[in-house]
Amino acid sequence: MSDDVPAPWALLAEVTHACPLHCPYCSNPLDLVPRRAELAAEEWARVFREAADLGVVQAHVSGGEPLLRRDLAKIVAEAHRSGVYTQLVTSGLGLTAPRLEALLAAGLNSVQLSLQDARRPGSDLIAGRPSYTAKERAARVIRAAGVPFGLNVVLHRHNLDHLEEIIEVGARWGADRIELANAQFYGWALRNRAALLPTRAQLDRAKATVAARGAGGPELVWVMPDYYEGVPKPCMGGWGARSITVGPDGTALPCPAAYAIPDLAFPSVREKPLAWIWAASPAFNAYRGTGWMAEPCRGCPRREIDFGGCRCQAHALTGDAARTDPACSLSPDHHLVRDPASAADRAAPCPTDFVYRHPAAPSHARP
Amino acid sequence: MPDDADWRPVLNRSIVLRYDHIRDADLLLMPERAVRLSGQGGHVLRLCDGRRTVADIIAELAEAFPDAPLADEVPAFLDRIRAEGWLR
Repeated sequence: MSDDVPAPWALLAEVTHACPLHCPYCSNPLDLVPRRAELAAEEWARVFREAADLGVVQAHVSGGEPLLRRDLAKIVAEAHRSGVYTQLVTSGLGLTAPRLEALLAAGLNSVQLSLQDARRPGSDLIAGRPSYTAKERAARVIRAAGVPFGLNVVLHRHNLDHLEEIIEVGARWGADRIELANAQFYGWALRNRAALLPTRAQLDRAKATVAARGAGGPELVWVMPDYYEGVPKPCMGGWGARSITVGPDGTALPCPAAYAIPDLAFPSVREKPLAWIWAASPAFNAYRGTGWMAEPCRGCPRREIDFGGCRCQAHALTGDAARTDPACSLSPDHHLVRDPASAADRAAPCPTDFVYRHPAAPSHARP
Repeated sequence: MPDDADWRPVLNRSIVLRYDHIRDADLLLMPERAVRLSGQGGHVLRLCDGRRTVADIIAELAEAFPDAPLADEVPAFLDRIRAEGWLR
């Protein structure tokens, strides 16, 4: 590996895009990878080994729903064997006590469970199917196993006002940590932006709720919303700086949303060693560092803080991934986030006619 | 919290202590986080097995580091790691 490329810390392993849930803000790409194209457990073994050799110390075994892989315990065992700290990221559907026991025996270190809202109707509405009861059950199984337990809740217009109750549910279910992940608007979420974008007042109340939370109870992690802040988020800690995503078919990306950037040829771990992908591939170098920047990023004192924001958002909104993230108030394209944000502030009540996430399937198969 | 004389420190179950040969550093790994330990932090924490008392740990380190101010530094370090919730 070339000396000036820092070692990656984390690997997001999307072992399948199949999922029982249909959340309208899904972070998977619009074109889901079909099951027949998925990497086999033996291929994942090589990916984990190569990742660990590069410096990766954390693996997030995610999806879709990773529990839909019957060979998941084998995949987890391979991650563990490579020496990385291994976390399962799950909807909870299918997480029985024996299943978790087998994963823990394979070396699993921690579990992150998703929750869509504090109460059943809201949670099931977003998930696009009954799933709250299964999540409650999964939380009990995780808690009983004594494994570190994180809860992940994507926040948006329809659940931000329930934040206090969401935190209470997390505490009641025994979560050690609650990640409050404000929806990021690309891919599926961009398609559903009008229905999901919160008002500024909602976000202000939510921030106050988090700030007022004293010590004790689950640790809260607030993932910043970027439509109202005027500064972009330091997405992924910089392009090709900390993290590698490997999709179900072995496509390697600097970020799980990057599938949508069409002019980058993302390499596959089926064809290239991960060390070359990380250090030398054109895709991972395209927006690495600050050399690719134009104004206003190039001369900005924040360029090493937020790295010009999110490349995927720049591409999704302007068609050019090399432009300043429109979330930045200095971006000439800032109206592309300001206008929808103002519209969200005016629109009431808010529609719930979501476009649910589904594989490209005959329309009669959709709910 | 136990009386420190009886305290037999051990890392919490959610924490993994690992030497990282790429970065030539000891790391504490936990959900969503990796903490790089400086100096002899890893050396000290490897002795925290839930059986040794703090005095045992200091005595053992004294063999390797006879001139270090262990009696002050080791308890202070262990307290810091405990305050983070990584040691019990």
